[in-house]
Order: sequence, then structure tokens, then C-alpha cells
Amino acid sequence: MDWSKHKIFETNSIVLLIGILIVVSIGGIVEIAPLFWLSSTIEKVKGMRPYTPLEQVGRDIYVREGCYLCHSQMIRSLRDEVERYGHYSLAAESMYDHPFQWGSKRTGPDLARVGGKYSDEWHTLHMSNPRAVVPESVMPGYAWLAKRKLDGKDVTANIAALKAVGVPYTDEMVKQAGADLLAQVDPDGDGAEALQKRYPKAQVRQFDGNPEFVSEMDALVAYLQMLGTLVDFTSFDASGPNLR
Amino acid sequence: MTKPEIDEITGVETTDHEWDGIKELNNPLPRWWLWVLYVSIIWSIGYWIVMPAWPLISSHTKGVIGYSQRLVVARSLEDAKQAQSVYLEKIAAADPAAIKADPELLRFSLAGGEAAFGDNCAPCHGRGAQGSTGYPNLNDDNWLWGGTLEDIHQTLKVGIRSTHEDTRVNPMPAFGRDKILEPAQISDVTEFVLSISGSEATAEAATRGKAIFAEQCSACHGEGGKGNMELGAPNLTDRIWLYGGDKAAITQTIRNSRAGVMPAWEGRLSPETLKQLAVYVHSLGGGQ
Repeated sequence: MDWSKHKIFETNSIVLLIGILIVVSIGGIVEIAPLFWLSSTIEKVKGMRPYTPLEQVGRDIYVREGCYLCHSQMIRSLRDEVERYGHYSLAAESMYDHPFQWGSKRTGPDLARVGGKYSDEWHTLHMSNPRAVVPESVMPGYAWLAKRKLDGKDVTANIAALKAVGVPYTDEMVKQAGADLLAQVDPDGDGAEALQKRYPKAQVRQFDGNPEFVSEMDALVAYLQMLGTLVDFTSFDASGPNLR
Repeated sequence: MTKPEIDEITGVETTDHEWDGIKELNNPLPRWWLWVLYVSIIWSIGYWIVMPAWPLISSHTKGVIGYSQRLVVARSLEDAKQAQSVYLEKIAAADPAAIKADPELLRFSLAGGEAAFGDNCAPCHGRGAQGSTGYPNLNDDNWLWGGTLEDIHQTLKVGIRSTHEDTRVNPMPAFGRDKILEPAQISDVTEFVLSISGSEATAEAATRGKAIFAEQCSACHGEGGKGNMELGAPNLTDRIWLYGGDKAAITQTIRNSRAGVMPAWEGRLSPETLKQLAVYVHSLGGGQ
């Protein structure tokens, strides 16, 4: 056998590097690239909408505090998971996530459908002192979230950036982001109705029960309370391209 | 093409690659290993045909057996339902009282209810349903909205101050925050509540508080403070407190109200599961 061509690779590191890149990108092209054009990658569902500004900011706190290190947001299509957590997660449910929070570690339970499962008080108390409600919990407390004023000054830029990467926020949504942020914790205010028109199913409440100021706890609980609640599963067709 | 060089010591061909005087031998791969490789290649071709594999223009090859992970989970859920159908069908048709009366359904429901309780209810009410501040103990015979099977079933379905349209709700005013009562009056009512619950209270203040209680509180809590389950108004005389029974806690309750929330489980859990839960909770000790 003629080994002379082999020798070219083994004695020239740049040639070897380029060779490796070519081989690896074939794998990438076959396995990853088609996901960008296959119509079945993201299911067509009813009910998905971008996060409200408050939910988005709450999500940022979720990421900042590293919640994803212990909690996944991905109900796998296995019987035990579906029986415990509800319908398996759809790709469509995280299509506006940048980055997604699927996670791969479950020290705590999956949170993909935690929305509506517990009361706001429970979340606030549990976040402040997890052992107060779940004695066997190993979750650290996040009591300061209720004491920290929510920093909303970047929210417009935040929403605009998400729009730039493809989340379907309208110009109106970007413009109103600051107002919508406050409107979601003010059920008696004027902005609540407009907010819910822009973001159907948006829950407007005093999430942390403290009317004095908008806290980071408000945002985080607002985010948790909407997780997994958007898709209308009565109209979800599990057959056809969604059968995979 | 040059003839391969034979290594003198081993008698094996070299690859003709030389680094610092060391030459690489060209030992053949083990036969068994090569065969595993070849069989794997043949296997993969079969796999492409049988299983979903290759991406196409807008879809992907589906494979001849039509495998789908989502189909598998749907079937396994269906199988589980089938296996339990002998019970689930009867449970779907029966009301909780009839389930309790049938020993077989009761046994099934207690097991199913316990599992559902652990997944859904324990985070608030505790693993042993012992409750904690703000979350009622479900083992005792003290009930806010009624402890019959039907009452418990209804509470499970619609929740309390939940988003369900038929939710159980009773807006207790925030007497202090909304300036319905003066701080001194709240203090007096607190003394009265302490006195009827058998705690130490200042008699004089309690007497003043009694009049205010009759005016402001008795419509829901009853003249003597015995409560009213129709309205979810707790009995104030039984020394069982959801939010604490010392002076500070009671004052806080009267001043700001409490308004605990229980989510509605209808829609989230199946009707059969809700009935099993009702039977399970009823069995914990205090069912009426």
C-alpha cells in the first residue's frame, strides 16, 4: 500500500487540522444543519408567545442564579415523566428561549410545567427558605430576591436584542417594554389590559405579595408561574410530522 | 510504489514513517475487530432502512417500521391505562362515596391517591399531610371548606382563590390596611379572639372587642366565632391556627388579611386522579 499521502497529513500539522475540520463538518452538516430547514423541527402549535418583559427579566434572574444547574426544563417522552410532570416538552415551547433552559441535571424537580402548580405565596416562601415548606429540600435560599428592587432599566434593550435574534416582538412591544414590566405587577393599573392584549395569558398579580416595590422575586415568580402554560394541548396534533 | 520495508527484529512490515530513527510497524488489525467493524457498517445500512434516519428536503426518512418515541410514550401511557382500566372505568363512573364503599376501588384509590399526593400536594401540605403555617393540616378533623368526600373533591377541583371560574373564594377584608378599623379596635378584636380561643386575654379589651366582632366578623365567623364552612370561615375557638394563634399573628391576620391560594387541579389532573385524591385525603384521619 502507498502510505505517502498519509505522510502528508502526519508531517504537516496545518494539513492535518484542515483534514480534521473537513471530516468533523461532514458530521455537523448531516446531523445539525438539516434541523434548520426541516419543517418538523419545531412543531406548529397554538398559544406560544414571546415572554412578557417581566417574565423575561425573571428568566434572566433564573439564569443569573444558576437555577438550571439543578432544575431541568425538559419533560422527556417517557411514561414516568409524563405521569409526574405532564405532557412531554415540545421544541416549540422553548423556541423563544435564548438560551434554552433544558438542562441535564435534576437535583431538584423538572420545572417545564411548574406554572400554576403552586401558589405565589408558596413560591415566595419557598424561595426565601425552602425548608419552611419542603423539609427534605436541599435547595439554597434566595431570600434577598424579595428585598432587591428589580432593575428594569435595561429591559427595552433586552427585548430589542431578543427581537434582533428572531423572537417575534413587535416594535410596539419593544417600545412598551418598560411600561409592560411595571403593568404586570399592578392588577389595578391601566396598563394591565394592554399588556394582556400584547401577551395573551399574561398573569397580572402582586407576585411576591409586597405592594411597596417591584422586586426580583416578583419577576422570578412571574416567570415560574407561566412555565409550560402557553401551548394549547387540546389542539396539539401528536400525529403527522409531530410524531417522532 | 516502493516495496514495504520489513523490520528486522519483528519481521513485520513498517509504514515507512520515521521519527527520530523510530519506525512505525504496520501490524494488521485483529481479525475479530475488523469483522465487528464490517458487521456494524452492514447493520447501519439496515438501521437506515428500518428506523428514522436521513434528513431530506423538508422532512426525513421515516423508516419502514414507523418508529416514533412519541408514539412509544403514548402507547405506554395507554397500556398503563388499560392495565388499570378495570378500576379506572369504575372510578370514572362512581362518586367518591361509592368508591369509598367498594373495598377494591378504595384500595386502588388509596394507593393512587398517595402517589398523586406526593407529586402534587406534598410541597405545600407536607409529605405526611401535616401542613405548615399557611397550609392546612389534612390529618386533623378541622376543615375550612368542609371535610366530606364531596367537599374535599370540590376543593381539589376548583382550588381556593385560584384561576378556576368556580373557585372557592372568601375575601376577608384587610381591616387595618384598608382602614376599616382603627389600630386600637384591631387590638380589641384580637383580645376578643384570644379570649374565645381559650388564650390569655385582657378582659376589658375583649369586651370592647366583642362588640366590634359582632359588627365586623360575625357575618362570616359566626356570633361565637365558631366559623362557617360554607364560606370557608375558620372556627376561631378551636385553638387550631393556620397562620398562628398568638397576639402578633392574629393582629397581622386582621390587619392585612391572609388570602391563601390553592391551585385548581381540574384540567391538570385527570378526573379519576382527583377522585382518588379526594378518597385518599378523606382517609387521612379527619374525613367527615
